[in-house]
Amino acid sequence: MTKSNLTRRGVLKTGAVAGAGVALPTIFTASSAAAYTNEPTGSSVTLGFNVPQTGPYADEGADELRAFELAVEHLNGGGDGGMMNTFSSKALKGNGILGKKVEYVTGDTQTKSDAARASAKSMIEKDGAVMISGGSSSGVAIAVQGLCQEAGVIFMAGLTHSNDTTGKDKKANGFRHFFNGYMSGAALAPVLANAYGTDRKAYHLTADYTWGWTQQESIAAATEALGWETVNNVLTPLAATDFSSYIAPVLNSGADVLVLNHYGGNMVNSLTNAVQFGLRDKIVNGKQFEIVVPLYSRLMARGAGENVKGILGSTNWHWSLQDEGSQAFVKSFGTKYGFPPSQAAHTCYVQTLLYADAVERAGTFNPCGVAEALEGYEFDGLGNGPTLYRAEDHQCFKDVLVVRGKENPTSEFDVLEVVEVTPRAQVEYAPDHPMFAGGNLGTCNPGA
Amino acid sequence: MDAIILQILNGLDKGSAYALIALGLTLIFGTLGVVNFAHGALFMIGAFCAVTLTKFMTWEVATGEVQKTAWGSEVPVTKPLFESWFGPEVGGALIDWSVPLAILFSIPIMIIIGFVMERGLIKHFYKRPHADQILVTFGLAIVLQEIIKAFYGANPIPTPAPAAFKGSFDFGAMLGFDPNVIIYPYWRMVYFAFAAVVIGAVFAFLQFTTFGMVVRAGMADRETVGLLGINIDKRFTIMFGLAAAVAGLAGVMYAPINSPNYHMGMDFLVLSFVVVVVGGMGSLPGAVAAGFLLGILESFASMNQIKSLLPGIDQIIIYLVAIIILLTRPRGLMGKKGVMED
Amino acid sequence: MLGLNKKDTTLLIIVAALTLLAPFILNPFPTESGLAQFNAGYPDLMQRFVIFGIFAIGFNILFGLTGYLSFGHAAFLGVGSYSAVWMFKLLSMNVIPAIILAVIISGLFAVLIGYVSLRRSGIYFSILTLAFAQMSFNLAYSVLTPITNGETGLQLTLEDPRVLGQSATADGSIPVTNLFGAEMRSTYEMAVGPWAFQFNMGYYLCAIIMLVSFYLAIRIFRSPFGMMLRAIKSNQTRMSYTGLNPRPYTLAAFVISGMYAGLAGGLMASMDPLAGAERMQWTASGEVVLMTILGGAGTLIGPVLGAGFIKYFENIFSKINDNILHGWFAFMPDGLEDFVVTILHPFIGKGWHLTLGILFMLVVIFLPGGLVEGGQRIARLFRGKKSDDKSDEATQSTPAE
Repeated sequence: MTKSNLTRRGVLKTGAVAGAGVALPTIFTASSAAAYTNEPTGSSVTLGFNVPQTGPYADEGADELRAFELAVEHLNGGGDGGMMNTFSSKALKGNGILGKKVEYVTGDTQTKSDAARASAKSMIEKDGAVMISGGSSSGVAIAVQGLCQEAGVIFMAGLTHSNDTTGKDKKANGFRHFFNGYMSGAALAPVLANAYGTDRKAYHLTADYTWGWTQQESIAAATEALGWETVNNVLTPLAATDFSSYIAPVLNSGADVLVLNHYGGNMVNSLTNAVQFGLRDKIVNGKQFEIVVPLYSRLMARGAGENVKGILGSTNWHWSLQDEGSQAFVKSFGTKYGFPPSQAAHTCYVQTLLYADAVERAGTFNPCGVAEALEGYEFDGLGNGPTLYRAEDHQCFKDVLVVRGKENPTSEFDVLEVVEVTPRAQVEYAPDHPMFAGGNLGTCNPGA
Repeated sequence: MDAIILQILNGLDKGSAYALIALGLTLIFGTLGVVNFAHGALFMIGAFCAVTLTKFMTWEVATGEVQKTAWGSEVPVTKPLFESWFGPEVGGALIDWSVPLAILFSIPIMIIIGFVMERGLIKHFYKRPHADQILVTFGLAIVLQEIIKAFYGANPIPTPAPAAFKGSFDFGAMLGFDPNVIIYPYWRMVYFAFAAVVIGAVFAFLQFTTFGMVVRAGMADRETVGLLGINIDKRFTIMFGLAAAVAGLAGVMYAPINSPNYHMGMDFLVLSFVVVVVGGMGSLPGAVAAGFLLGILESFASMNQIKSLLPGIDQIIIYLVAIIILLTRPRGLMGKKGVMED
Repeated sequence: MLGLNKKDTTLLIIVAALTLLAPFILNPFPTESGLAQFNAGYPDLMQRFVIFGIFAIGFNILFGLTGYLSFGHAAFLGVGSYSAVWMFKLLSMNVIPAIILAVIISGLFAVLIGYVSLRRSGIYFSILTLAFAQMSFNLAYSVLTPITNGETGLQLTLEDPRVLGQSATADGSIPVTNLFGAEMRSTYEMAVGPWAFQFNMGYYLCAIIMLVSFYLAIRIFRSPFGMMLRAIKSNQTRMSYTGLNPRPYTLAAFVISGMYAGLAGGLMASMDPLAGAERMQWTASGEVVLMTILGGAGTLIGPVLGAGFIKYFENIFSKINDNILHGWFAFMPDGLEDFVVTILHPFIGKGWHLTLGILFMLVVIFLPGGLVEGGQRIARLFRGKKSDDKSDEATQSTPAE
């Protein structure tokens, strides 16, 4: 009988060698034989992919899962290697991670903080996962990030756009590759000013929860800095399906731009409603009325059909990018599944490779070692140009894409076109920027 | 003033959807005494009738040519099925009008679904407690929506209205306000008119036909009608089919307003139960009145002037009104004594 | 024993044995075998089983006895969780004050909502409770964010005061929940050959609290007060004619079941200090209704079985993916293997909702008394015919409206 805490696999081996014995149960707490939570001792290592499989974001979750499977295949030496060939670091050799074969378990976040934590806990407690990744909403990302910090495993965030993930709720064990609300604002504002002029009056409709608020704050600040005026900001219930009563008063407010701080189903419905009301055909203050959707998701934009045509927004990545890394990824994803990947798939794939690479470079799966290898790490070749994982808040800094709904899509995947690639320097901010203040990274927790 | 008129229009529109769903629910409550948690799923299936027809008409058939996609694989060039059948003009027009055409297509489908549901499942639950009815219909609702999800995915699917109904109408100019002050989309006006017609037709059917008379008698006293030698069961099956068709029609016409997704039924389910109960159990006029009332109040609550006084009021208005009404009027607006009170 | 009759004592002992030995019972498969996927004996899920068991037991005191179908019970669970987390933030990480506060606050909340809602009966009552719960959920998600932390859920930070404890541990982490020093998350592992069993501190705390709650529920069911509640269910009018006012009794039942829900919420927060707003949504209220009916409304053990059933599917089936299926059926020829996987694919992983929906329908169609009736039928098969018509009061099914 051995002593251990939380880990299972390690115990199994030693327990089996020692022979089956009935030991006196002793309760005990931290510090024990294992150096960190779920230290992989066998010939394989288990990663946990926690994505929404039911609920409104199920399609995004399915795409994330495809990307994870592809990443695992590439890490284990299968397929064409994808972005491993274009990645600036050459630590990955296609023989798993540190020579251990990569295995994975999946779970359903249901896009609810509670369910996501339950699922992540089961991966950690039952399956011995040493890293958790995935997710398609900021609430879930922040909740799971907190859990991973307590349990002592690494969290590689999936799609999460709220400033808080690496702002006031940042955690030492959590890392985000995806961009955030501030970056959307910083990238989008100059393009908006260019396209629509600096003398504009904006009306914001904002989803009434934390992500919506942080994005609205970021966009309003960035556009006001260039001379726009924010006429009004109306909060809409998350559960709203029909936005007509919020959109009807817009024309009468004197505003000539409508900013929809909505995501997913909310975005599809509010945009559809706004176009129904004919807002885009109107001339207000002598200018053409415009609509802006600051955070685009291609998968969701499809749901709005024709209504997205010509509408500006920002996105983390798009499959039509021509750099080597993106091309390699699109090619191996397209070959395997028959259609191009979404930005959610991209960020999840990249996060998995970055994690594996950091483990190789650190020479250990210990979360503290991995975190150290990721902090301040500069890399390239993963689709967004030269990128920095900043040590102060574990946020990636890279180019941001400004996109527009395509006028003549050639297929159902060809919904957006890239208008501008905003250089990284333009979207950077200080770690103590007021929109990100108030949090504390804490210290890395290896568990055990 | 203009803002109020605008929100009344919005409220009537929202209310139309609530009223149509609540009407169908009440038909089932009132005639069969069954709590149908799958009613939202019927609404959703209606919307997906429209989606299916549009998908079928625009089914991509190969034209023989091949093009290379941007992500590297080769795909054949395609064009929509109806355009290849009827040529670009007739076919294009049919595709454009797919949502109104889906009405014709959805009525028989919804009636059949209703019949099958009643004969196959609900029939066996007439004598079971309401709690069991809730459990079994809730299970059915989950199964139905998961089947739709398996075919169509979780994301919303755009289902546009005919081009003739795009854009909006300027009420303000007509009433002497400044232009652009009160505008309202054409399709939403169509939806309101359509709801009014359907509601009127259901009432007329129950009021002026022999069939309707028997059903109303059955709602009041099922046993006596049975003793008179009338096969009330068969008529109740037909009523279930009718209720399903009303829910389905509400769904078909709703598809262009908000892109349908597989969980839209669940989104409406709780609201429509609140509407039915506020209207009063077993009362058809009550359900319709409550639908419009809650729709209009919800719209008023989302006005900026009111939201700035009471932040978050639009989140809770429906429930708040429901509580106030149920506390002041014990059986809702027009509820009958003794229906679902124990 | 303990003032229970023989039958109830046996039931209590069986439940106690099952709960305390759960780490063994729920882990029947060796860890490295393909079937290990079905093992449920890990701390988080075992905790959920008993916590939702408490929730459902409490719900059944109201619904099973009085027949009042509350559709807003999740609100009390949510309020309990929020109170507990606030206690962890402000006072200390000891779970006792947190749980006590959770029960008190949810009890007060239940008095308020119950007093208003119980003015109506039947479906009007259900809708009133639903309306209160939905209002709580919507406000917690948006306007009340300063108290509830909205979308993310209320969680602990390094800056919390914790006047009787410490804000952060020496190594800069958030302290963990404990019972006078015994950490809730501490787990003892026992390896027996290829099996591994996990004994978790938090689980045993929850299990003991559940046994106490279960015992109390039996006492309530058997007490004159319980009789009174049943009288309300069978005929409220007649009861009023005898000069008894049913309102205080129903209100008491409502508050007791609200406090059970608060207790469950407090325990949930103690096991995992995060309180999410979704806990109060109507789907969560509906879940406890489903648990109770599925297990067998009005029976003592039914709701606990129902809770276990639903949580098992949510946590185990949602984690099965195609990869695992291929692993199971790898012994088959390739074509057949792919075929079987394709057939099973819609029911696992993202299809767990579908499986659950089908099972709801099957259970309610074929077992009108819920899972308890299934158990009775099996028991009857074993015992033969002689005890067939002996009505078993402890597990008697009294379906309610």
